[in-house]
Amino acid sequence: MSLFRDTGIVLRTYRLGEADRIVVMLTEAHGKVRAVAKGVRRTSSKFGARLEPLSHVALLLWRGRGELDIVNQVEVVDQFWTIREDLERLSRAFSMLEVVDQLAQDQHPDPRLYRMLLRALGVLAERSSNPILVAPAFFLKVLALEGAAPILDVCAACGRPEAEGGLVAFDLHEGGALCRSCRRGRSMSAPALALMRRILGGELGRVLREPAPPCAEEVGQLATEAIESHLDRRLRSVRTGAAL
Amino acid sequence: MYTASLRALVDELGKLPGVGPKSAQRIAFYLLRIPSEDALRLAEAIIAVKERTAFCPRCFNVAEVDELCEICSDPSRDAGTICVVEDPRDIAAVERTRRFGGTYHVLHGALNPLEGVGPEQLRIQELVSRVKEDSVREVILCTNPNLEGEATAMYLARLLGPLDVRVSRIASGLPVGGDLEYADELTLGRALEGRHDV
Repeated sequence: MSLFRDTGIVLRTYRLGEADRIVVMLTEAHGKVRAVAKGVRRTSSKFGARLEPLSHVALLLWRGRGELDIVNQVEVVDQFWTIREDLERLSRAFSMLEVVDQLAQDQHPDPRLYRMLLRALGVLAERSSNPILVAPAFFLKVLALEGAAPILDVCAACGRPEAEGGLVAFDLHEGGALCRSCRRGRSMSAPALALMRRILGGELGRVLREPAPPCAEEVGQLATEAIESHLDRRLRSVRTGAAL
Repeated sequence: MYTASLRALVDELGKLPGVGPKSAQRIAFYLLRIPSEDALRLAEAIIAVKERTAFCPRCFNVAEVDELCEICSDPSRDAGTICVVEDPRDIAAVERTRRFGGTYHVLHGALNPLEGVGPEQLRIQELVSRVKEDSVREVILCTNPNLEGEATAMYLARLLGPLDVRVSRIASGLPVGGDLEYADELTLGRALEGRHDV
């Protein structure tokens, strides 16, 4: 039973009782943490809006014997205003939060995932950035972090290099791109393949600074399918976000 | 230990929000002790509310079956102003201010992508039809000032934008009686943005 400090990003919250909330956060040093914010739904709460999803906060938490920690103090590091005030950016941020909530393990620190989420939200919050590719690029990078990046250099089924007829399809069960003779799953255009290679090949920063190319939508669908296949579940926020 | 009927009562009471097994047992024994007519009045009230309460066909507030709610059927209320809320309980909160003389529209929730709640799960189309068909001058977006409520307000503002109606959002700011020192950055930031001349 002790107090501990950490910084974290609020992934989601659940109502608890009359005025409390359970806040699920990805913290830097303690992995995914579930903590009770007492009285946070009252207008007089000392926490105010600090524990809303998407907030990057510095925390003082109390760990007791139970499963849930208790939020003691919170200070805001970044609220990501630009994302909150733009429905399109917000729905893309939600899908990243959902992926992280699914992947991160309770009390299991994953500082690389934490830094990736923070950077992705930072980019999404820049007014100059184009929001379309941020979430798909984040999904691909997360897959790479998990050791499940799609194979894009050679045919994932037969291992033949691209030169012999090109890679024309994408199937996650096979592990990535497929050549003409092994093709199954969905078809994939050459620009989409090239863009995914750039994202995973160290050119992410440059890709996000350029205007989104016509194949961005296709890469978005491919990356979403890839992460859904890895998580073995559909992403609710992507389906709902598309309706917004 | 208990009779079957008492056991059933304790079990049912234990399903109520905030009532644990111990409280359920205490309430059950209280009901056993009070005069029959008092207990029957409670039972009848529960039956009546379940049989006779539905949602108002215009604003989706709670109402008697097949009737408009009290507010929609009140001719003194201004039907040209609609206050959009998430839940029927929010109507009670706004009514307590005694500052609003218009009508309401209850969405029955807020957009929540993480829970898979999208526009089609809410009473949004009905709101749009109301704005188009009735002569509505202003829609006040009075959803909760949290991420889901804000997203809902942004979505509605975009949807209602092309229609010939004023769309406003309730202000966010500091609670009266509070201390500036303890205000969070988001609330204080909003309060500064929404400052007005005095």
